[in-house]
Amino acid sequence: MQPFSNFTGIVCPLDRSNVDTDAIIPKQFLKSIQRSGFGPNLFDEWRYLDTGEPGRDNSRRPLNREFVLNDPRYAGASILLTRANFGCGSSREHAPWALADYGFKVILAEGFADIFFNNCFENGILPIVLEAPVIDGLFARACGETALTIAVDLTGQTLTLGDGESIPFDVHPYRKHCLLLGLDEIGQTLQHGEAIAAYEERRRQQAPWLFA
Amino acid sequence: MGAATLYDKLWDEHVVRYQGDTALLYIDRQLIHEVTSPQAFEGLRIHGRKPRRPEANLAVPDHNVPTTLRAAGITDPVARLQVETLVRNCAEFGITLFGMDDPRQGIVHVIGPETGFTLPGTTMVCGDSHTSTHGAFGALAFGIGTSEVEHVLATRCLVQRKSRAMLVSVDGALGPGITAKDIVLAVIGEIGTAGGTGYVIEFGGEAIRSLSMEGRMTVCNMAIEAGARAGLIAVDEKTIEYVRGRPYAPKGELFEQAAAYWRTLRSDPGAAFDREVHLDAAAIKPQVTWGTSPEMVAPVDGRVPDPDQMLDRAKADGVRRALSYMGLAAGTPIAEIRPDKVFIGSCTNSRIEDLRAAAEVVRGRRVADSIRLAMVVPGSGPVKEQAEAEGLDRVFREAGFEWREPGCSMCLAMNADRLDPGERCASTSNRNFEGRQGYGGRTHLVSPAMAAAAAVAGHFVDVRDL
Repeated sequence: MQPFSNFTGIVCPLDRSNVDTDAIIPKQFLKSIQRSGFGPNLFDEWRYLDTGEPGRDNSRRPLNREFVLNDPRYAGASILLTRANFGCGSSREHAPWALADYGFKVILAEGFADIFFNNCFENGILPIVLEAPVIDGLFARACGETALTIAVDLTGQTLTLGDGESIPFDVHPYRKHCLLLGLDEIGQTLQHGEAIAAYEERRRQQAPWLFA
Repeated sequence: MGAATLYDKLWDEHVVRYQGDTALLYIDRQLIHEVTSPQAFEGLRIHGRKPRRPEANLAVPDHNVPTTLRAAGITDPVARLQVETLVRNCAEFGITLFGMDDPRQGIVHVIGPETGFTLPGTTMVCGDSHTSTHGAFGALAFGIGTSEVEHVLATRCLVQRKSRAMLVSVDGALGPGITAKDIVLAVIGEIGTAGGTGYVIEFGGEAIRSLSMEGRMTVCNMAIEAGARAGLIAVDEKTIEYVRGRPYAPKGELFEQAAAYWRTLRSDPGAAFDREVHLDAAAIKPQVTWGTSPEMVAPVDGRVPDPDQMLDRAKADGVRRALSYMGLAAGTPIAEIRPDKVFIGSCTNSRIEDLRAAAEVVRGRRVADSIRLAMVVPGSGPVKEQAEAEGLDRVFREAGFEWREPGCSMCLAMNADRLDPGERCASTSNRNFEGRQGYGGRTHLVSPAMAAAAAVAGHFVDVRDL
């Protein structure tokens, strides 16, 4: 995984609650055995006016101009702003793969579904939970004539808006550490191989039926 | 030591080590299917890693498999490659696979309990959100992403923070004709689709204890639709008798030793929960969802809500969007909604008791002329075989249902079974999201008996009045 660097990016406002992972990446694209290439089909059913299929040339498909991702103001956005319970439903990691492939590095929301939240960190995406009034304020500014840009500082855990306003955010220290260093989390766990083996030995005595 | 919840007990039993407020949690069992595993196996190959305890995994293709003409194989080349990739990966890494032709093949969350691979007191994961199903056995079971599938394959562990504990107690006795599906839809209607976020929910109370193991699986299956990390139900003699004699369950003396431990898997009296929710079982009626989130649910004698009457503007906007997608006017009686298709199946409701309940309703009746397709997709090979031995396939066929091969089918419409744009479906599955059952499709979630009743009546109807 690439280390997460501080950056400044455009905010794309997706004004919906309970956006599920079926909406983020519809099922037909889950047949792929790759981790990459999902970006053009991110939010496929909202983004295009026709039905997408794997292998189709998406550049020729009719766009839904009403959908925020197709708004020229938000071209090249790397920060997604949304509402409550983002990423609910299916555990498909194809959802963060699609978001990352499109270019999103940060998601700001009132809340996230649990599995999706974990999947983001595995893919170098930083999901940030902010209070509802803060989210409301960001929507007000992101929907203006010119797009809102935010400087994201993971080290200092702050978001700095174009006008200099600064918003602090929380992130779990272990998650932050892994993101900043781009650590292979499996490699981290494998360092505890002895502890795992000792646990298995103890468990084998206590619950032999699990090892039969 | 103070009184512990069931969740506390399962958690403590599986902590390998703590690092700060996170734990390295040992994972006893992993179920694997074709959609969320190829990139995990590829990750192992890239890093030159091997599965730790390959025998602690069980794999099956279910999402992409056709439910017709199984012998003809999969016609979609992309889907076929994914299933073939699972077969190759399992062979390469020494993992037991129930292939497409195996009589034991079925939906991953049906075959786990059916084979005894799911055991009380275990930690269990799968790259599938409905892994919460297995919590019905007093197992800590939750869905994970593909990176975590790889993590478990390589290390048998996951880095986890402990969730908060919620008790959802369904008190008193259920009314006649009310099922596990109605309970869980009512719970989600009560606490909301994010109401369980950050929690593990233990379901308790007389109504839960009175459910069969299959009913309990239905309840825990949909804990994820309330946002919970996992659903749990205490072990009792029903749990133990269900597990006894299953192919992968311990045998003889070892079984008795295990059962003695399993009997301790319940919350201690006086154990503290971070949140408690109580529902009166007697007040639960047959439930029907009307919107695009499982929390958008009403009793069958209710009406679709009117967003103009709602004070919360964000909520009203959500309802307006949902009604527009669903093609429903505010205030429509639920009983006037007319499905075009009926789907009985999915990891929520495709077990033998579900099929019996639906068959009981359709026996001697006919699917209404207005229904374009009514289909039954058994959860597994053994479920199908059992149903056929009981003659249920004939009951369904004579009524005008199609009787299919096992798989996930129209729950998520990855295979050929799907809704066309604008089509309305009475479905026993778990999600009514936009496009879930096919682009533009409109899903109403119900119990198997209610789906069967809608099939014969041509509109939603209280199954107790049929």
